[in-house]
Amino acid sequence: MPEFDLLMPQTLPEALEMLGDRAPDLTPLAGGTNVIVYMREDRHRYKMLMDLTRLNELHGVRREDGHLVLGSATTIAELLTDPLIAEHGALLRQAAAVFASPLVRNRATVGGNLVDASPAADTAPPLLVMNAEVELASQKGVRRVPMDEFMVGVNETLRQPEELLVSIRWPLPATRSAGGFSKIGLRKGAVCSVVSAAVMVEKDEDGLCQSARIALGAVATRPIRAYAAEEILVGQPLKPQIIDLAGQLSAETVKPIDDIRGSADYRRRMVEVLVRRLLSRAAQEIVPRE
Amino acid sequence: MQPKMITLTVNGRKHQVALNPDETLLNALRQLNYTDVKNGCEKGDCGACAVLLNGKAVNSCLVLAWQADGSEILTNAGLGTMDNPHPIQEAFADAGAAQCGYCTPGMIISAKALLDQNPHPSEEEIREAISGNLCRCTGYAQIITAIQIAAERIAASALVGSGQGGKQ
Repeated sequence: MPEFDLLMPQTLPEALEMLGDRAPDLTPLAGGTNVIVYMREDRHRYKMLMDLTRLNELHGVRREDGHLVLGSATTIAELLTDPLIAEHGALLRQAAAVFASPLVRNRATVGGNLVDASPAADTAPPLLVMNAEVELASQKGVRRVPMDEFMVGVNETLRQPEELLVSIRWPLPATRSAGGFSKIGLRKGAVCSVVSAAVMVEKDEDGLCQSARIALGAVATRPIRAYAAEEILVGQPLKPQIIDLAGQLSAETVKPIDDIRGSADYRRRMVEVLVRRLLSRAAQEIVPRE
Repeated sequence: MQPKMITLTVNGRKHQVALNPDETLLNALRQLNYTDVKNGCEKGDCGACAVLLNGKAVNSCLVLAWQADGSEILTNAGLGTMDNPHPIQEAFADAGAAQCGYCTPGMIISAKALLDQNPHPSEEEIREAISGNLCRCTGYAQIITAIQIAAERIAASALVGSGQGGKQ
């Protein structure tokens, strides 16, 4: 592994000062499940790393103004046991349950997964359909960026070198809403997604679709929303015919590639299948009002 | 790049060592002679280097030693001895769950992490718990059996220990 220096800030202000002084030579490091691997594979060289695991400000989940706010250095394993995530972030929990392996989940963080910006990042589709925003902090202040704008391409985000992703926030899901996350891998455990999908639908008092969001992973240069498919669902009863159409439109939205995990054609077909299944399940889950 | 003194408590023993920032916990442990922690892929894929770090099972190859400063680390060797093995270690021996043995310490650590959280796992849950540990001898069936046996034995001894196991 190439040599590097390591800074160990103890507080968030100290970390932001270090970043302000040393960016772009300083790279934040949390669980290390990507950064250390990139160094081993010589995909990246880092002059200086900054450990984030001691910053209490970046840990944990809280409710705030009708939103759930998740510290960026919260581990994937923590998502599986947190009661607030179970209640207001069920989709993220579903993604956490099939994220890499338990050994990796104990180190990997949500913020790390997003900043890494893999098209296959498993936390991205759930956060996209939950309308999440990321909070980026620097010495100059904090700015919020919607999830759908944050990742711009393979391993590329809107984060500036002097900024730190400090938290992820999303509005508490509405009562008449339901959703799900699903991924396809080459085997069941410890796999990178070949295709992943998340949906979230909300029904109005008459049982018609009030809003729908669909997100897809590993089928473009970044995790994407399928807006065209979402639009045709709004105002409709969530019946098989319209759900089939949403699946087809989702498959038309994606721009997958052929790679070692699967062909573009396979990915397109699986997008249709996953979207259809997730929408059908979510539609049934929303209990009509008595 | 300057070395720094860090403290690691491994299997109950406190060590103070001067380490460079680019040293992994895996290398630090092996240099301290905890050679039951195996160096496999060094990329978090194989689980041969798994240890409990403050009670959580992690790949020690993906932890920088400085990040572990002040932590409690438990390796397979810290679970039991040849004369007094841990029930999981004993079950691995009884079930023939070790072939070449290279994955065994990491498998046992993942098994320990599972049984600490879930004393009665299903086969599915066992498979999921060791999904980050590769056995290149492919002796998975015996490993799963071993974890099932260990779970039964630990549950049985807990009953005896609490006085609920004996006949009335």
